[in-house]
This record gives sequence, C-alpha cells and structure tokens, in this order.
Amino acid sequence: MVGLCHDCDVSAPSPVEVDPDLSVEEFLRADKAWVTVVWNDPVNLMSYVTYVFRTHFGYSKSKAEKLMMEVHEEGRSAVSTGGREEMERDVQAMHEYGLWATMERA
Amino acid sequence: MSGFTRHRKSGQVLANFTGFEADLLRSLASQLVELLRDEQPETPAEPDPLAALFNFSGPVDEPLDPVLLRLFPTAYAEDPEAAGEFRRYTEPALREGKEHCARAVVEALEDGGLPPELEEDDLMIDVELAPDDAALWLRALNDLRLALATRLEIEEGDEDFWEALDEEDPRTHAHDIYEWLGYLQETLVAAITA
Repeated sequence: MVGLCHDCDVSAPSPVEVDPDLSVEEFLRADKAWVTVVWNDPVNLMSYVTYVFRTHFGYSKSKAEKLMMEVHEEGRSAVSTGGREEMERDVQAMHEYGLWATMERA
Repeated sequence: MSGFTRHRKSGQVLANFTGFEADLLRSLASQLVELLRDEQPETPAEPDPLAALFNFSGPVDEPLDPVLLRLFPTAYAEDPEAAGEFRRYTEPALREGKEHCARAVVEALEDGGLPPELEEDDLMIDVELAPDDAALWLRALNDLRLALATRLEIEEGDEDFWEALDEEDPRTHAHDIYEWLGYLQETLVAAITA
C-alpha cells in the first residue's frame, strides 16, 4: 500500500522493510513465498473449475485440467505461486468465481 | 428445456425457459441478492464522499450464515488476524460482484419477456446473452448452487441418500432444483467454451 507523501525527498530511497527472521534464501525467494490453494468441494463442476483456471490464470486446457483433477482427487491443489499481494488477488478472484480458496506460505 | 447453446454465427449464448422455470430462476436470484445484503456493516447516514472512495470498512469476522461463509471463505486458515484483514478489504467488493451477477440473471429474464407477476401458463422466455453476460450468468448459477448445497448440506458421494429420499420430503424439491441448476451450468460452460 502506497501512502500519501507531502514532502518526499525523491533522491532518498525509502527504507525496505525486511523481516529480521527471514533467512537470505527466504528473502531472495520472497516473490514466490506464497501459494494459492484451491480445495475440493462437492458442488463445483469439474468443467467449471477447469474454465476458471483457464480464464483467470490463462492456463492451457491441459494444465487447467491437471490442476482440476488434483483438486478433485487429492482434495487440494496449489494453483499459483507468487508474492503475498499477488496471491491475495488470486484468492479474491477464486472467491469471485465461487471456488473455495485459501493462501499459505509455499 | 434443453439448456444453453451457442449460436455459431453471432457467438451469442441462447436458452429458452418456460415461464415457470424463468420465474423460479428469478426468485432464486432475488433471494441471493437479499442474502448478500444481510449482515452488512452499517454505513453512516451521510457518508463522507472521500471516505467512501477509500471504503475498506468491510467486516473482519466470519459471517454467521453458513451460505455467506461458503461464498466468502476464510483466506488464511491459520492466521485469524490476516484472515480478518483480508475479509475487511475484499468482502464488500465480493458481495457487490455477486449481487451484480445475480441481477444480470433477473434482468435478462425480464428482457426476455418475464412479467413482474407470472400469470400465463404457456409463456416461453427466450434468453440471448452476449459472451460477457454469459460469464455473469455462469458465476450466478454457481453461487446459487453453492447456496442451495449449503442449505441442503450436500456432501461428496451422497447421491444415494438423495435418490432414496421420500418424495414428500421438502428437501426433495429443493434438491431437484439444485440438480436442474447444475444441468444449466454444465450446458452454459459447454456453450461458453465451445
């Protein structure tokens, strides 16, 4: 979230907030630190879930079907990976479509 | 009734409903709109226009109604604070989006000739949807099925239970409607992705 700033010194870089508990490796892969998980439910049609994965993520038919089958057979599937804000947008989009989605650390 | 089909030349998605079916769909969609407006946080009588623009004052707590909880799931299973924040930022927009979809269904049925009060027996309602509207219908049908399934407590692999249920049981009728909505949605996905 970008705050309003009245007297910004443009030349001064803003401090980057770093979680002190984060290891170097974790920090470097922070852009892939979260996953969107879609859970199986008895209502959503297989064809509809495939349609949602193709429409929202732009996945190929075969990738969308593979993820859909994972949801159906294993109960859950990690359908996208990325930074926290990006994954929040994906989870919100899944909720728009009525899929049962959560997010967690990768 | 034969579900949705796509008109090859125009790309429009078509369906026709009996007056009874159209009236039922409208009633279900309208009930969903009502439900989506329940449990809303109170808005001040004279909202500050600037504050309204940055209005992220959604609820933090899970909705009490299980249907609303299914429509707006908890995003962080193990972090109540993050889940509350997510809900506060997203639930108002999600509610609006779902209401928009349900209203698109009502509008298309009424544009197709469904009168405010259904009186004729042999009325047929033709619905013709542009691709964008068909996508709204698809989401609305899914939300309606989620709502009904939650009320009926439908579970994976419970087909035998519903098959064996007494015809006099009021749930039988609701389950028939649920199945019919599933059929509509299945044909609509096929028409859209054809």
